[in-house]
Amino acid sequence: MKINKTALIPLFLLSAGLRAETVFVTLEKDNALAVVDPVQGKLVKTIAIGQRPRGISITPDNKFLLIAVSDENTIKKVDAETFKEVSLLPSGEDPETFALSPNGDKVYVSNEDDSMVTVIDTAKNKAIKQVQVGVEPEGIGTSPDNQWIVSASETTNMLHWIDSKSLEIKENTLVDPRPRALSFTADSQQLWATSEIAGTVMVLDSKTKQIIKTIKLNIPGITADNIQPVGVVIDNQRQRAYVATGPANRVAVINAQTYEVERYLLVGQRVWNLAFSPDQKRLYTTNGVSNDISIIDLDGQKVVKSIAVGSYPWGVAVKP
Amino acid sequence: MRILHYWRAMSGITGRELLRFVKQRERFISALVRPLVWLFVFAAGFRAALGIAITPPYETYILYEVYITPGLLGMIQLFNGMQSSFSMVYDREMGSMRMLMVSPLPRWFLLFSKLLAGTAVSVLQAYVFLVIAWFYDIQAPWAGYGWVFPALMLSGLMLGALGLLLSSFIRQLENFAGVMNFVIFPMFFMSTALYPLWKLKESSEFLHNLALYNPFSQAVELIRFALYGQFNQYAFIYTLVAFIIFMVTAIIGYNPSKGMMTRKGGAG
Repeated sequence: MKINKTALIPLFLLSAGLRAETVFVTLEKDNALAVVDPVQGKLVKTIAIGQRPRGISITPDNKFLLIAVSDENTIKKVDAETFKEVSLLPSGEDPETFALSPNGDKVYVSNEDDSMVTVIDTAKNKAIKQVQVGVEPEGIGTSPDNQWIVSASETTNMLHWIDSKSLEIKENTLVDPRPRALSFTADSQQLWATSEIAGTVMVLDSKTKQIIKTIKLNIPGITADNIQPVGVVIDNQRQRAYVATGPANRVAVINAQTYEVERYLLVGQRVWNLAFSPDQKRLYTTNGVSNDISIIDLDGQKVVKSIAVGSYPWGVAVKP
Repeated sequence: MRILHYWRAMSGITGRELLRFVKQRERFISALVRPLVWLFVFAAGFRAALGIAITPPYETYILYEVYITPGLLGMIQLFNGMQSSFSMVYDREMGSMRMLMVSPLPRWFLLFSKLLAGTAVSVLQAYVFLVIAWFYDIQAPWAGYGWVFPALMLSGLMLGALGLLLSSFIRQLENFAGVMNFVIFPMFFMSTALYPLWKLKESSEFLHNLALYNPFSQAVELIRFALYGQFNQYAFIYTLVAFIIFMVTAIIGYNPSKGMMTRKGGAG
């Protein structure tokens, strides 16, 4: 009996390892949410969600999905199991991207047309403040230590550092033209931001708020104007950063210690946003023009599968 | 005793072929250089050419060099098959074929042994090419490297049988250039080795149909699917039937009383 019990342990570990996460993808043109089982490599179902869904996030407790439904001027909060609408957040007009605070108590929304960042208290379901930022704010992110909210304004070419307590801009950093997306490292020490026009990835020090490294992406055989970096994510150990390159159809793999580009992985057309699996063994990409998502195996650094999901996949969120 | 006879004949033929392979290092290198030039030079220029549609057995977008690798394996075997036919013509001219043909063993067996020896050489070349490709970041799943073996054997036999058949028609070494122009190039270019069928269809329906019924295409598809651990039944049956037809015709062709040699008055 004793032997049997010990023999079962690896089985439990194995089943835990194989337990599939669920990938949610917003479909901008289908006005829907695609639910994907990445282990089976299958589209499970598609759910009507509202007009032009784009940004998507999962709450820290993994119970709810927040989806920016741009043409309905709201962020929908839906149950991550039943997909029933729970509430509508007052996001302001045409919400595209937003960020959640680490504990999920606040949502920060970029209002592109009004050059504002709207701060929403999720418990009260109320907008508590609007912060004036540069022209056309888009990329937005919060530091894991809950100190900073950073908003990137595409036309002003600036990153605005908003203090999470006072909700006021403390500093601005001028960056390469048309900054699109940004992401903090897990230790909150660095901020990585992408420039769509310059084709660069900038690494900033969170203390000095200055650029410490600019990484230029060059892909052999692809013209520079087609290399338009968008989504960026960095693994928890800060070993590698992954950058979606838009119409270059590739994900750049960057060594996050040496800042060298290690390789470019071919995915679908106009790769836009990225998300890790909870164990960070896989990376999911949304490919806007080829209407699919690609799954990258991070141990092997290989694209293993692309799954058709529907028209114009935009944002991606993963539930363990 | 009879089995021993068969075995001795087969090992003699295979041994001779392998010895020739080992001794002619240039042949081995040139057999590898050809597909490698295609891979490193030709395919490099088309890195972004594919990656628009995902076709089985691939599950995601691939670079062009990944696409043409099975085609280049086919190319290795195609050239090898033709090289065998070339050596048969040479043997006939030099008179060493007479030694083979006077053996009391059935002719089909001798021809098949010759074919098997040639195929073994081509499979060996194909695996060396796959190893080089691996370091060039063209990596198939591990199981695929096992599954591709039977596929390479069958495609090698089919292309070798075609070579045998051709060699029964050719009387002189000089005619080998004709084989290059009228067999190898059309077979290679009008196939799925370089472009997938849907791509060919975009440019010409006629070319698409030629490629579809070209046995070389089916051999390449058989290899392509096997390399990714999948079995393409249609390609398998097509290749097998083509092999049987070529082999039977070649055996008839080599029969002095019925075959092409009498008709052409050739030496045997």
